[in-house]
Amino acid sequence: MSFEWPWQYNFPPFFTLQPNVDTRQKQLAAWCSLALSYCRHHKLYTLDIMEVQESPVFNHKNIDRKLSTEAILIVFEELRKKGNLEWLDKNKTQCLVMWRRPEEWGKLIYQWVSRSAMVNSCNTFPPEFHGLEEWMLIRSLQALQTDGKAEVITMDDGKGVKFF
Amino acid sequence: MTEPPLSLEPGPYQQSKFSYFKLSFKEHGQIEFFRRLTEELSQKRWESTPMSQPIPTATNSQTGRTRAVGIVGIERKIEERRKETEKNISEAFEDLSKLMVKAKEMVELSRSIANKIKDKQGDITEDETIRFKSYLLSMGIANPVTRETHGSGTHYHLQLAKQLGDILLAPLEERGGMMALTEVYCLVNRARGMELLSPEDLVNACKMFESLKQPLRSVCVCVIEESAELFLFDFLLLEAVSCGSLTAEEFAKLLGLSVLLSKERLLLAEKMGHLCRDDSVEGLRFYPNLFNSQA
Repeated sequence: MSFEWPWQYNFPPFFTLQPNVDTRQKQLAAWCSLALSYCRHHKLYTLDIMEVQESPVFNHKNIDRKLSTEAILIVFEELRKKGNLEWLDKNKTQCLVMWRRPEEWGKLIYQWVSRSAMVNSCNTFPPEFHGLEEWMLIRSLQALQTDGKAEVITMDDGKGVKFF
Repeated sequence: MTEPPLSLEPGPYQQSKFSYFKLSFKEHGQIEFFRRLTEELSQKRWESTPMSQPIPTATNSQTGRTRAVGIVGIERKIEERRKETEKNISEAFEDLSKLMVKAKEMVELSRSIANKIKDKQGDITEDETIRFKSYLLSMGIANPVTRETHGSGTHYHLQLAKQLGDILLAPLEERGGMMALTEVYCLVNRARGMELLSPEDLVNACKMFESLKQPLRSVCVCVIEESAELFLFDFLLLEAVSCGSLTAEEFAKLLGLSVLLSKERLLLAEKMGHLCRDDSVEGLRFYPNLFNSQA
């Protein structure tokens, strides 16, 4: 299934950081939504700022518009505030994108675990967990742990999880 | 030297029995005067330029203004200026006396009408009504909408809006479609002359423009909360932009405005959230603010 671009993507002003505060709020919200859905579609978990500038999301060659680095950083800051992004370095060159937050993942995992426990058979990860990177998994489990729904156990040969 | 008119006090003397004169300076100036005086005395310019000729008669008038130096020249200038001023004043008073005559008529008419109403004596004749209305017309108001005739509240404001629409159309066109509400207030009240509009009534009437289906539908009021200023909604601009996008230059050309003014209007509309900008290497363009209007 090909990615569906939102109407804003073809609207040139979308690529200019709006000075009017109210307009900017709406613009940024649309950018956050676009960035997350794009990452979700392509199963992207880590982004590099330099690369991302040239990606079709921020560089719309058809209308000859691209979002400035300054604006990209502002969008990413919004994502960070919402809990969807985490910087990997102080210089803000690389980041983790959580188009699904750890809490949301945790919930999904728990649901899956509950289901498979009832069926009582060996299960492979369903498609929605494909590509889930370990760091994300760990965070999700930690979120469940905070919620009291799971416990991460360190064993001799690795880690295990106990669900309640 | 000229023969001084008899009414004046003894003026410049040709001769004096004294060999000195005293100058008194009420408010400074003495230092400067002394400096100039010593300068003139050293230069002795009066010895190089000839004294003025005896008063030029009419035969000299082919040169138009005759040149005269010295005190005579100054005297002449003063006299000319005085005559000019007198002429101006009397002309002004002519207009004023005409106005006063008219005003007197109006006052008498309105007094008679007022008395008739008070005494409930007979009807105001049609003739009087016509005369009264013609006076109003000459002041720019055909039928002043007053609270008495139309009550208060929205009905009143609606009627007022209609009237304002007629009055404002031409001035708005002159000003490229936009006026500050303070300007509207002055203009309208000047035209009314009596039964002046309060600012509140004006604002409420303007807010009704939207519901009117007439040319002035294109104008309605937006109140900017932060500043207490009221601006007319720049619908002309928005109509222009609705067909795509505009640069300041394009808008200026469209409306025959200066680029500076057109930029001001674009920026204002952006500030109010009606427009958004597209800033690229191609230049600065303004689009309708779809961020607001589209879900």
